[in-house]
Amino acid sequence: MKILVPIKRVVDYNVKVRVKSDQSGVELTGVKMSINPFDEIAVEEAVRLKEAGVATEVVAVSCGTSACQETLRSALAMGADRAILVETDAELQPLAVAKLLKAVAEREQPQMVICGKQAIDDDANQTGQMLAALMGWPQATFASKVAVGEGVVAVTREIDGGLETIELKLPAVVTADLRLNEPRYATLPNIMKAKKKPLDVVAAGELGVDVAPRLRHVRHAEPAARKGGVKVADVAELVNKLRNEAKVI
Amino acid sequence: MKTLVIAEHDNSRLATATLNAVTAAARFGGDIDVLVAGQGCDAAVAQAQSIAGVSRVLKVEAPHYAEPLAENLAVLAQRVAGEGGYRAVLVGATSFGKNLAPRVAALLDIAAVSDVVAIAAPGRYERPIYAGNVMVAVESDQPVDVLTIRTTAFDAAGSGGGATVEAIAAGPDLGLSRVLGRELSKSERPELGAAAIVVSGGRGLGNGENYHRLLDPLADTLGAALGASRAAVDAGFVPNDYQVGQTGKIVAPGLYVAVGISGAIQHLAGMKDSKVIVAINKDPDAPIFQVADYGLVADLFDAVPALTTSLSAG
Ligand SMILES: Cc1cc2nc3c(=O)[nH]c(=O)nc-3n(C[C@H](O)[C@H](O)[C@H](O)COP(=O)(O)OP(=O)(O)OC[C@H]3O[C@@H](n4cnc5c(N)ncnc54)[C@H](O)[C@@H]3O)c2cc1C
Ligand SMILES: Nc1ncnc2c1ncn2[C@@H]1O[C@H](COP(=O)(O)O)[C@@H](O)[C@H]1O
Repeated sequence: MKILVPIKRVVDYNVKVRVKSDQSGVELTGVKMSINPFDEIAVEEAVRLKEAGVATEVVAVSCGTSACQETLRSALAMGADRAILVETDAELQPLAVAKLLKAVAEREQPQMVICGKQAIDDDANQTGQMLAALMGWPQATFASKVAVGEGVVAVTREIDGGLETIELKLPAVVTADLRLNEPRYATLPNIMKAKKKPLDVVAAGELGVDVAPRLRHVRHAEPAARKGGVKVADVAELVNKLRNEAKVI
Repeated sequence: MKTLVIAEHDNSRLATATLNAVTAAARFGGDIDVLVAGQGCDAAVAQAQSIAGVSRVLKVEAPHYAEPLAENLAVLAQRVAGEGGYRAVLVGATSFGKNLAPRVAALLDIAAVSDVVAIAAPGRYERPIYAGNVMVAVESDQPVDVLTIRTTAFDAAGSGGGATVEAIAAGPDLGLSRVLGRELSKSERPELGAAAIVVSGGRGLGNGENYHRLLDPLADTLGAALGASRAAVDAGFVPNDYQVGQTGKIVAPGLYVAVGISGAIQHLAGMKDSKVIVAINKDPDAPIFQVADYGLVADLFDAVPALTTSLSAG
């Protein structure tokens, strides 16, 4: 079974982002970029399935600028077998990414696509579901456990009230939640090995899909900051403030 | 102009998020239809019928809607949205809505807008990105927009309405997925997403036993829901659905009490719109104090029992 893992290059989760002064977007120059944390979990899951003898090949794919090669190399260092960069400098929204991934999936014919549940920059939480729709495949979002069976996969999902386990016919799309696994750190020898693994670059234009943005992001702003509060000396003062000042209890 | 709200329900009861979505739909100013797809869902239909502001309830019953599986619901919603001439399709930004809406949008060849917190006009929305550190104004010229609605940003619609009910034909059963089982956390406490007071615990509590020994009595005294940081959930103190944050639940109660939580941006993303925030942490430099209205620098093992005692003393 071949597994495709879409990965996105995003601003590192430790960075506090700043809005550009003209409000056109977020300042990205000189900012540390990393693989989207959920995609790291997705790569880890795919690699574990390969180590368990369930998967035969793990292919990482990223859509974006040539800088995404670096992100793909980190997936290769974790154990993906090869990588594909769908290269474009254009702004990509989730629907466009889903269409590009569909074109890649049609070429690669994977049995499973494991996405991250959401990209921590746009926080969209859309791409996996959109890809599943476009492929006509079933989907299991927010996965915390994946068990592959004969022609099916059972996925435990984190839902609002607790956990739900569903069974999907393969091929299928799964999106990884935080508790699916703990991603490994790439070792130095594996980082070296990753440099020699195949990384194909495909121009997005070659895939013949419409990637024009459908939405305009016209104005970015920092949310109103909370006013700094006070420190209370002890529990008695806290209770007094809550009762008589904030009047919330 | 008409809008379509996709109801989230378990056949007997609507999720509160559906009521928030109806309030958001009212911002479009036209008729509001609510789609209730289920099996044996008369009670949910009746509840939808009584939501103030709803014109029509579209009822679809079939065995393959007994469970809210995305594949079958999405093709149904695609058909209803396509035939109905709706300006927007709305659903609450819950695990149900987030699972379903993008699938519906893609089938319609439409971009979806996630976690909408404001609707200035049809096609003019606002939403948070980067864990709520940036708000972005989104403009769309699409014929129909597909939106998930952040429940904390729109009040729940009231009752007292009298919508008509129209039974419509079921869509196909694609047979792509099925539910094997569910483990729902049972609790007598208020629902985390809708509670007036939330008590949340973090790694500082040390283990699940401490979490419950200290926080259960405090929550009982306050009539509060219980929440947690990711670290507390990852360490197994409490189930996953307690998690508050960028990738967990978004809450905005009147009072949020953070106990032994450092205040990482991913956690703040889920609670910083609370009206009053209390933080109890032994580290005076913990970032949670930057958003807390009342900060108590103390060992939680002393402070929490003292707080519970003081509050129950009346
Ligand atoms: C992609 C991604 C998504 C994430 N999503 C979320 C999310 O949705 N929600 C979330 O919460 N986190 C999320 N996180 C994790 C987040 O970055 C933090 O790691 C997490 O919130 C830390 O939890 P904590 O505050 O309980 O633990 P810590 O950061 O370890 O803080 C524990 C605190 O307890 C205090 N403490 C310890 N002992 C005591 C004592 N005896 N008395 C008083 N205080 C004490 C310490 O001073 C410390 O401040 C996410 C991270 C990533 C990368
Ligand atoms: N540009 C991209 N290239 C590859 N995969 C992507 C890209 N954007 C999003 N994804 C995948 O889709 C998931 C969800 O992203 P989003 O819908 O943007 O929140 C991510 O975790 C990735 O797995």
